[in-house]
Amino acid sequence: MAFRSDEDKKAYWRKNLNLMFVLLVIWAVVSYGFGILLRPVLDAIPVGGVGLGFWFAQQGSIYVFLGIVFFYAKKMRELDREFGVDDDE
Amino acid sequence: MDLQTLTYIVVGLTFSLYIGIAIWARAGTTGEYYAAGRGIHPVANGMATAADWMSAASFISMAGLIAFKGYDASIFLMGWTGGYVLLALCLAPYLRKFGKFTVPDFIGDRFYSSTARIVAVICLIVASLTYVIGQMKGIGVAFSRFLDVDYATGLYSGMAIVFFYAVLGGMKGVTYTQIAQYCVLIFAYTVPAVFISLNLTGNPLPQLGLIGDTADGTPLLLKLDQTLVDLGFAEYTAQKGGTFNMMMYTLSLMLGTAGLPHVIIRFFTVPKVSDARTSAGWALLFIAILYTTAPAVGSMARLNLTNTIQHGEVGDPQGNLVYEERPDWFKNWENTGLLQFEDKNGDGRIQYYNDGNAEFAAKAEAEYGWKGNEMVKVDRDIMVLANPEIAKLPNWVIALVAAGGLAAALSTAAGLLLAISTAISHDLLKRTFMTGISERNELLSARIAMAGAILVAGYLGLNPPGFAAQVVALAFGLAASSIFPVLMMGIFSTKVNKAGAIAGMLTGLLSTLLYIFSYKGFLFIPGTELLANTPDNWFLGIAPEAFGALGALLNFIVAFVVSNMTAPVPDDIRQMVEDIRVPKGAGDAQDH
Repeated sequence: MAFRSDEDKKAYWRKNLNLMFVLLVIWAVVSYGFGILLRPVLDAIPVGGVGLGFWFAQQGSIYVFLGIVFFYAKKMRELDREFGVDDDE
Repeated sequence: MDLQTLTYIVVGLTFSLYIGIAIWARAGTTGEYYAAGRGIHPVANGMATAADWMSAASFISMAGLIAFKGYDASIFLMGWTGGYVLLALCLAPYLRKFGKFTVPDFIGDRFYSSTARIVAVICLIVASLTYVIGQMKGIGVAFSRFLDVDYATGLYSGMAIVFFYAVLGGMKGVTYTQIAQYCVLIFAYTVPAVFISLNLTGNPLPQLGLIGDTADGTPLLLKLDQTLVDLGFAEYTAQKGGTFNMMMYTLSLMLGTAGLPHVIIRFFTVPKVSDARTSAGWALLFIAILYTTAPAVGSMARLNLTNTIQHGEVGDPQGNLVYEERPDWFKNWENTGLLQFEDKNGDGRIQYYNDGNAEFAAKAEAEYGWKGNEMVKVDRDIMVLANPEIAKLPNWVIALVAAGGLAAALSTAAGLLLAISTAISHDLLKRTFMTGISERNELLSARIAMAGAILVAGYLGLNPPGFAAQVVALAFGLAASSIFPVLMMGIFSTKVNKAGAIAGMLTGLLSTLLYIFSYKGFLFIPGTELLANTPDNWFLGIAPEAFGALGALLNFIVAFVVSNMTAPVPDDIRQMVEDIRVPKGAGDAQDH
């Protein structure tokens, strides 16, 4: 490990966990929330004759999952560089 | 050219491609055999992961499941993709940094215990072997339907192909063939979907066709709802199951997806930690192409099937298809026994409706003279396979679908067999029972274990246990309840110790087994159920297939409680955990 200090090490891990937490909340909201629990509410917004809740359950949640994974990879790369622990050759 | 010849040519070409790749990508070291020398580009690994993950079930069965379950099948769409978010954020980068070859490797080292390693190997073998049986069956069925050979011959051909490239090339050979197989299967899946979407909605993108309008201006999904309700079926887009069960089921599939060893080890093949993160994104992208197409295929196939049989007004004597005028695909599938017709009211026409709906059945009998549903068997699995024929697509598309189904089954079977054989040669021999074994002999034993695993899987494919269909639920339940939690705790906690991990894994494993067996019979033997498998009997309304999430919760709780009561984690293990949390320094493969 190549952290400059113990504080740095803690800060890096805390920032990683915070980012993960926010992204996992979004992950849960689009699938369990929009797709299942909140479907009756969201279906008030029409999509393809049925509703936004149905669309999130069968399409939308998957697109959001994709966004989450690529966003996390990009953000973590920036964080790695900021703390000098990246794995660039 | 007739369909039979064309299918032979297309399937033959894809098979020669796989064999060519196998010869080109032979493995010379254990590093190449177990982890493809850690030199796979993240995009290429994403493609291989997608083929590894999408099995005969995803290719053949899922759209059929959606076609008949409608909205309720969303759990499979969300569950089998959402798991990749967990994998990308919580597992893949850290396990790649750890830098070993297998999942039990990590569990054994992190919890400094051979017992933990062996429990992990057992969970892995049970989960993977149950999964392989389904793939072997898929290979046999695809061969026998499309190539007109018997089931056993089809199975042997499939085994020979897998044997060739998996034994020779290990992870390296499997990776490159999986990339080729992904291209074949995704092409075969999307081409018919595009044509069908164009036919029905005028939109070439199935994802947009799903929410598009049909020729008369009615949205596709509304039209499907109406068509089904007119025949006494439930609305396609309505929710039929319980909400809590649906959430638990989705969560179990997500945790199980993230905990399946044959998927996790794919991320050991990329050069760096940052590559493991992006590679999970590419894998999900390649998977999403099929998973977002599947709901369109499911809904459109259901509409096409229903409209083919009920082509006129419901109740109009001329509204139903005359049996003697049925299309060729109908006859082909009747021959396989997967479609069955019985003329209950003797009018020579086919009535396909929901006679389980008492109110509608009474009305149909009194007003239309219908004497029950005459499509006595419509197997879900034919929806994808028959789709191109139902939509009257050219023969080459049908031949392509056959090759695609085989690619999906072969790629998943190879990945699973690889996970099993490495667990035996590496975790049981090298790390536990024969620690002095040389690299050459370890490589040889990996190949022997692979050959043995293929024979066992082939035997089980030929003599499928009666519970073959049930065991996939078991594989996900076990991965979710035993493997996933212990990996999470190994990475995110420095407090969970050896005793906690073993107790947790066993709790997750046994509670899930107990719950599933209570409703489905001990070892799935009929008659040994403790309770009838109905929603009223389920604990909190949770189906046996959806218990994995609760098993995982029990695993976490027991592990933390036991860890608090026993000796703390040694300092060198703490150091190791802190080390895997940082990407730097993972470049070199750690051979040992």
